[in-house]
Amino acid sequence: MDLLVEQIIFFAFAGMTVLAGAVVVAVRNPVHSVLALVVAFVASAGLWLLLEAEFLALVLIFVYVGAVMTLFLFVVMMLNIRELPSREGFVRFLPLALFALAAIVAMMVFVIGPQHFGLAQYAIPAHHGADYSNIRELGLVLYTHDVYPFELAAVLLLIAIIAAISLSFRGRRVGTRSQVPSAQIAVKSADRIRIIKMASEPKVKR
Amino acid sequence: MIPLSDYLIVGAILFGLSLAGIIINRKNVIILLMCIELMLLAVNTNFIAFSHYLGDNLGEIFVFFILTVAAAEAAIGLAILMVLYRNRQTINVEDLDSLKG
Repeated sequence: MDLLVEQIIFFAFAGMTVLAGAVVVAVRNPVHSVLALVVAFVASAGLWLLLEAEFLALVLIFVYVGAVMTLFLFVVMMLNIRELPSREGFVRFLPLALFALAAIVAMMVFVIGPQHFGLAQYAIPAHHGADYSNIRELGLVLYTHDVYPFELAAVLLLIAIIAAISLSFRGRRVGTRSQVPSAQIAVKSADRIRIIKMASEPKVKR
Repeated sequence: MIPLSDYLIVGAILFGLSLAGIIINRKNVIILLMCIELMLLAVNTNFIAFSHYLGDNLGEIFVFFILTVAAAEAAIGLAILMVLYRNRQTINVEDLDSLKG
């Protein structure tokens, strides 16, 4: 890839990510905040593509933008918060927040800056060929070396499903028509069909 | 020719922004949850950058598991938020003071 093009792509996506991140924390309306977070996720998926992590970039878009952010948006709209929580703390804590931001960024740049993690220390790795499959590489490790963590992650998702449903399930309300699986299983054929004995009728002559 | 430090600095700025967001938006639980998601995104970007530059895809495996755990966390967190709002009609952190400690 052309080097200048690569740099332009990087700075576009990095700038978009940082800008969207700033919008997430700064805007007043939570719906706008969720939408800015979607932009941040999509832009950093672009950064991840640039780092040749294609599978995870697509998973970020499918799982985060498609599922988690939709869930956030759904909850923000369903809660229907008429009066937004007051932002009296916004001005009061703004200096502290800016100080924390400046301190964290300055400290990190001091530690991870170009003098320690620049091109001289970590050269650009060779680009993979067109026949390279990121999914195949991940799958080879995930299903052999990391198979137990993988299955634990599956169990964790199952627990999350059960927990989320049981937290938000309000119980069966009267009057609603719903399935009762135990009754369906316990049913006998005699409950459904009634066999009637009756005399056979004489054959009709034509 | 993008050095590793550029990706790390993007991650650091995102992390700092989300920390600042947690400090200034301490009233609204939803925005707090979103700031935590942003923080995880910064960490994941660091993992993937190191994984690419060190030529070891263990970092990507790690990100895979972090995404799983974060999805579970968001689902349960929002379910708790729903129950909280149903019972208290508010999600303002300052009003959630029934647990005296």
